[in-house]
Amino acid sequence: MKLGKVIGTVIATIKADGLEGVPMLIVQPLDRAQKPTGRPVVAADAVRMAGPGELVYFVASREAAEALDPRFVPVDHAIVGIVDAAEDLA
Amino acid sequence: MKVARVSGTVVSTINHPLFDGHQLLICDYLDDSGDATGDYAIAVDLVGAGAGEDVLVLDEGTSARQTLDVDTGPIRAVVVAIIDYWERD
Repeated sequence: MKLGKVIGTVIATIKADGLEGVPMLIVQPLDRAQKPTGRPVVAADAVRMAGPGELVYFVASREAAEALDPRFVPVDHAIVGIVDAAEDLA
Repeated sequence: MKVARVSGTVVSTINHPLFDGHQLLICDYLDDSGDATGDYAIAVDLVGAGAGEDVLVLDEGTSARQTLDVDTGPIRAVVVAIIDYWERD
């Protein structure tokens, strides 16, 4: 899993089966120093509570399809948690 | 698995239920000489690893799910071992 920042949202009414009601958010992946890295992705919000600008963590590939209920809907990135704090140790 | 160093934690109250009750550790992947490469993973801690410890991070879904004894769920990166010593020939 990686850190990400919610930077936008996507509204789509015509979608593949299984995606009804699944919020789609634009997420900017972050590096270890929480700086943007790589291109933004559109991620399904599996916790359904991530808001704009929030720090989240997300999974990719098959695990993204496993994050939703019912599983195996066609998504390749999914937000699985909202970060309250990402603390450095030692 | 990959060698990594525990460098941080993620505190989260709103998350997928699979992560409830599990510590999330930020693990910095290491190169051959033990320096952080910059790449990292947020991994579920299964072994009680502490700050600064070198660990083994497994980053594959099916085996990760087996460690939690579930057959579904968005889990991939897990800390499966605390390293006592490692060296590269």
